[in-house]
Amino acid sequence: MLPAPFEYHAPHTTEETLELLDQLGDEGKVLAGGQSLIPLLKLRFASPAHLVDVNRVPGLDVIEERDGVLRIGALFRHKAAERSTMLASRYPVIAEAAGQVADPIVRNRGTVGGSLAHADPAGDWGSVMLALDAEFVLQSKSGRRSVKARDFFSGPFSTALQPNELLTEIRIPAAQGRTGGAYLKLERKVGDFATVAVAVHLQMDDGKVRSAGIGLTAVGAQNLKAEQAEAALRGRPLDDAAINEAAELAAAAAEPKADQRGSEAYKRNVVRVFTQRGLRRARERARGGA
Amino acid sequence: MGRPITVTVNGEKTSAEVEPRLLLVHFIRERLRLTGTHIGCDTTHCGACTVLFDGVPVKSCTMLAVQADGRQLTTVEALHAGGALHPIQAAFKEEHGLQCGFCTPGMMMSSFALLAENPDPTEEEIRWALSGNICRCTGYMNIVKAVRAAAVQMKEAAAVPAGAATGS
Ligand SMILES: Cc1cc2nc3c(=O)[nH]c(=O)nc-3n(C[C@H](O)[C@H](O)[C@H](O)COP(=O)(O)OP(=O)(O)OC[C@H]3O[C@@H](n4cnc5c(N)ncnc54)[C@H](O)[C@@H]3O)c2cc1C
Ligand code: FES
Ligand code: FES
Repeated sequence: MLPAPFEYHAPHTTEETLELLDQLGDEGKVLAGGQSLIPLLKLRFASPAHLVDVNRVPGLDVIEERDGVLRIGALFRHKAAERSTMLASRYPVIAEAAGQVADPIVRNRGTVGGSLAHADPAGDWGSVMLALDAEFVLQSKSGRRSVKARDFFSGPFSTALQPNELLTEIRIPAAQGRTGGAYLKLERKVGDFATVAVAVHLQMDDGKVRSAGIGLTAVGAQNLKAEQAEAALRGRPLDDAAINEAAELAAAAAEPKADQRGSEAYKRNVVRVFTQRGLRRARERARGGA
Repeated sequence: MGRPITVTVNGEKTSAEVEPRLLLVHFIRERLRLTGTHIGCDTTHCGACTVLFDGVPVKSCTMLAVQADGRQLTTVEALHAGGALHPIQAAFKEEHGLQCGFCTPGMMMSSFALLAENPDPTEEEIRWALSGNICRCTGYMNIVKAVRAAAVQMKEAAAVPAGAATGS
């Protein structure tokens, strides 16, 4: 399968990239890991006139925790997330999700930013970022703005990104106190998208929940943030009653659709059970962790 | 409209003019005539087209040839450089790690990258590393055995002083 013809640009700096995106407008598309875009080009579901390959722009793949913020560059690859010992110890929800995205070969190329920009409602990173209360830095020739994860997704494959904007980095409030997290994913086989997945990020303080983040994958038109479940946990000891209540609220927040992977009721139940398990696992990790 | 690229393929520099939409796998198979790299699904699912891009396994049906400009590619043909079977190839043969052989080039390239990084992988680690490569024939048991056998072989070969490692 051959993509429709396009012009190829390989800028070497962010400025050059933004200049190109500005000139090209609707005609241009960013090429990151290519693991969603190239299949779409081959199927001719997308046929942009210009591709702007950002793989040669240095610095877009940073990871750095400083001044209370974890910065993840848009070009940070799934594999790098899977391998980072810092993420495994401080942000287990990121590390645990990373190893479950696609398959190991796709993970070598695919990027966290590309995945967020693609905004597949069954994609894993959106839920992780919702749980972490992340914000995304969107840059264009005329300036930069920050958009909260919860305001970024606007439907299947739709986001706040404008055609002339580049997602440059993801900013996450640094983990504080006793932190735990988990990513539970039900998939039919390795490399499959989620039937249902749940992301949990937990910060404990003195035996009580300081904050809880819960993101839901593949049970709505976009990745969902279970805000009522999160709110129900705040300030409470994480006992069975609290966990069960949050799990019910998360299940109620889900908007699953029946398909070949399962019925609506089944998926909703998986959300409930995974929220329970995820909170327990996150609690264990918070106890063991720093 | 051609775009000039220079790629180091299996250690040798090659220059060509390619259309931006040319997929890396077509460049490898049709332009370089290295047909060991297979096209299985053409939809990024099977891993038959796996090659190493700067040493890292990628699905060559899901990259553009222009992206390889200035980079190193390693295809399955690199394994038998010098005429003798590479220990990975020998082990796939010995342990019946293939039946139809369609997935085999991709399997071997993923195995090669695994062993370069982790010379003594457990069965679990092998299964994890190969989980992006699909085989319709073998049921994977013998593939995993072959990679274990290759690891042992390569470790023994590395333990023998240089120069004594050749022979039959
Ligand atoms: C077999 C297979 C299985 C998969 N399974 C999963 C899975 O289980 N879970 C999952 O989450 N994903 C899965 N994926 C998708 C994979 O994670 C992709 O890597 C990801 O969706 C897209 O990231 P990319 O870097 O490859 O982006 P690309 O494919 O390069 O781009 C995707 C889209 O985002 C835009 N874009 C990319 N980067 C930016 C940027 N910095 N700023 C603005 N726009 C940008 C592009 O223009 C394009 O529209 C799978 C893919 C395959 C092929
Ligand atoms: S042919 Fe490339 S993944 Fe199947
Ligand atoms: S040997 Fe036939 S597909 Fe693997």
